[in-house]
Amino acid sequence: MSENISRRRALTCLGAWSGAAVVWGLVGGVPRAFGTAADRRAPNARFTFTQISDTHLGFNKEANPDVAGTLRRCIADVNSLPQQPAFIIHTGDITHLSKPEEFDLGTQLFGEFRAGRMHFVPGEHDALDRGLEGYFAGPGSGLEHRAWYSFDDHGVHFVGLSNVIDFKAGSMPALGTEQLQWLRNDLAGLSASTPIVVFAHIPLWTVYEPWGWGTADAGEVLKWLRRFGSVTVLNGHIHQVMQKVEGHVAFHSAMSTAYPQPAPGAADSPGPLKVPAGKLGELLGTRQINVVPGNRSLAMIDRPIQTEDRS
Amino acid sequence: MSRAWILRCLFTMALAGWHTARANEPVVITIDRFQFAPDEITIEPGTTIEWINRDQTVHNIVSSQAKIASPGLDTADRFSFMFDHPGDFTYLCGLHPHMKGIIHVKERTS
Repeated sequence: MSENISRRRALTCLGAWSGAAVVWGLVGGVPRAFGTAADRRAPNARFTFTQISDTHLGFNKEANPDVAGTLRRCIADVNSLPQQPAFIIHTGDITHLSKPEEFDLGTQLFGEFRAGRMHFVPGEHDALDRGLEGYFAGPGSGLEHRAWYSFDDHGVHFVGLSNVIDFKAGSMPALGTEQLQWLRNDLAGLSASTPIVVFAHIPLWTVYEPWGWGTADAGEVLKWLRRFGSVTVLNGHIHQVMQKVEGHVAFHSAMSTAYPQPAPGAADSPGPLKVPAGKLGELLGTRQINVVPGNRSLAMIDRPIQTEDRS
Repeated sequence: MSRAWILRCLFTMALAGWHTARANEPVVITIDRFQFAPDEITIEPGTTIEWINRDQTVHNIVSSQAKIASPGLDTADRFSFMFDHPGDFTYLCGLHPHMKGIIHVKERTS
């Protein structure tokens, strides 16, 4: 794996604590404090998790006529990692048209992950026609009809949010007041030194408003997150790797496993981007996130599909 | 009826954004490059609008005013709706809310 990292488009987020001092790390080249070594909520074991996004099962246009095939290649890549992720986070748009057979295919393919456990949030393509009914009947069946939720793993507090239901004309989508109130309550009892990972489909930062690439009420989320020393926000939707750092909050958007989209404003619309043969695998892939105790480093590696022999 | 009069009438209708459908034929709005074309249109009551998706991704048509909630429209899919009553009806794509349109439905006065 390591020999491939240099040619991958890598986002590296490194932070470390040692002794009792506040230790600084680099996120996207920007120094930031992560917390203190005395933090007793520190992760108690090294672990890794993986993010996949925008599988768009059912899409079959020229940008990628075989999205199930590229997803399978991503799954094979993750399954071949020497350290298996503790779980997989899927940041939405499992399907392209919310059809039952697309959700069924997702359930079937995701079963091929060796990691087994998965956590989902919905994308707007998972909410067509019958709302989230198909999502909750399919891959999201373990969520008991909760579009947003949280859980703790290895001392990290994970929060899954839904910003794909509340759409208003001419505006970016929103989380809505009910979800914001829930988030406020969910975070209220946590120590400021608890590492937080938030995941949602649409970026929680404004990437490009003319294309709706942002969340209208994300500012409210940031208000509740600012007090934490380490916050990582993961999203999909825009089908490309981008990042932004705001204080202690680092935002990262991920590649799709299905098809790329243009850079913000680089085309007349954000539609699927057809790229030359052999290039597609460079623009699709998964993300590996490592949480390491002791030196408390957090590293992200965006892993394009291995293309040298297969595209 | 003079040719000049007919041309003047057609010019006036075009300025007002009027679209007149032939019997049993809908007025077509295309969805192309994440835009409705035309995005503003004036029709008479009883006219059917047909949206056709020319994009490589899915869109839909949502209007609370007209009580429209189309299914997701994949490439080349069509969705029709007849506007019975006068009014101004805004709509959007529920997946891409920056895509907006408006349909004015009113009786022709002249």
